[in-house]
Amino acid sequence: MTTETKSDLRRALTATLPVLTGYVVLGMGFGVILQSRGYGILWALAMSVFIYAGSMQYVAIDLLTGGASLFAAALTTLAVNARHLFYGISMVDKYRQMKPKPFLIFTLTDETYSLVCSDAGMEGIHNRNLYFFCVSLFNYLYWITGSAIGNLLGAVLPFSTEGIDFALTALFLTVFVEQWLSTKNHISALVGVLASVLCLVFAGPENFLIPAMLLITLALTLLRKQALPPEQPQTEEDPVPVEHPLSEEQPVSTVPADNPTEGGGRHD
Amino acid sequence: MTELHAVLLVAVTSAVTILLRFLPFAVFSGNRKTPAYVTYLGKVLPYAIMGMLVVFCLKGVSAPYGIPEAIACVLVILLHVWKRNTLISILGGTVCYMVLVQMVF
Repeated sequence: MTTETKSDLRRALTATLPVLTGYVVLGMGFGVILQSRGYGILWALAMSVFIYAGSMQYVAIDLLTGGASLFAAALTTLAVNARHLFYGISMVDKYRQMKPKPFLIFTLTDETYSLVCSDAGMEGIHNRNLYFFCVSLFNYLYWITGSAIGNLLGAVLPFSTEGIDFALTALFLTVFVEQWLSTKNHISALVGVLASVLCLVFAGPENFLIPAMLLITLALTLLRKQALPPEQPQTEEDPVPVEHPLSEEQPVSTVPADNPTEGGGRHD
Repeated sequence: MTELHAVLLVAVTSAVTILLRFLPFAVFSGNRKTPAYVTYLGKVLPYAIMGMLVVFCLKGVSAPYGIPEAIACVLVILLHVWKRNTLISILGGTVCYMVLVQMVF
């Protein structure tokens, strides 16, 4: 194994550590509940291997025990997992030349997507294909392992894990902040947050995702001229004084403690 | 529920999930050039989707009990703006959240 390969593997392992935490704990939770409803290890493995969608698998437990019809199951899956269409659309070009493509597409969960979607934090990766494959594979294995452990052994961790699933929220938030800091154009990020909050208020927590996706698509379509990230060559007429995103601010001295979500958000 | 129905139910859930994941790639596959509109969406969507996922994770939070989430989220943002280190931000936020929900609230 070359040093480049080793380095990429190590990077993939580090990047997926937060997912390891979240997936093992949430996977165990899934396995435990499934067991308590009378479905053993083969069911846990089959569902984690063939569905591999965290929140949907929790919903599927209720479908199983509630005796839902196949049609109802299909509709529920469509509603809960429709956001995966979004991930596909935004990875069409990136995954075009990647191998093994079917595996990469099948394993594109929320968490895997958050690790492969943006170029922020990808500096120093030698072989992106290898890196993407490892990130996808590791996450997949964490989830399967977690659900198997939970199903076989129950809740075995010797300490209270209450709240540990916040690791996944923190992961998404960190990616969001990293993306925010590494671009000067925040229109798309703002559209995502505002459209989601708006739909959450009007459609409620159970039904807001699909309206939010439609609203985001609509807004980004209308704002096509404004929303393109400034890394694009088209915007070169607007010269950016600082080349490297890391040197954008002197972080230690200028932490915008009063209003962190607005930090770095000023267009200059 | 019969065993067969349960197996079919898992199969249907799997099939629909796979369909949703593969559909965009199937539509824009092959050597045809990706339409400019899709390329554009591919560039801007990651920013919007991360915002959407953060809201998605916090959707169940209601005002008085949202304090631990709010504190932990602010900590994650501050840590990340300060250190720009993903692991530190996530670890700090998660440990803070666990302490808050287990010991304080």
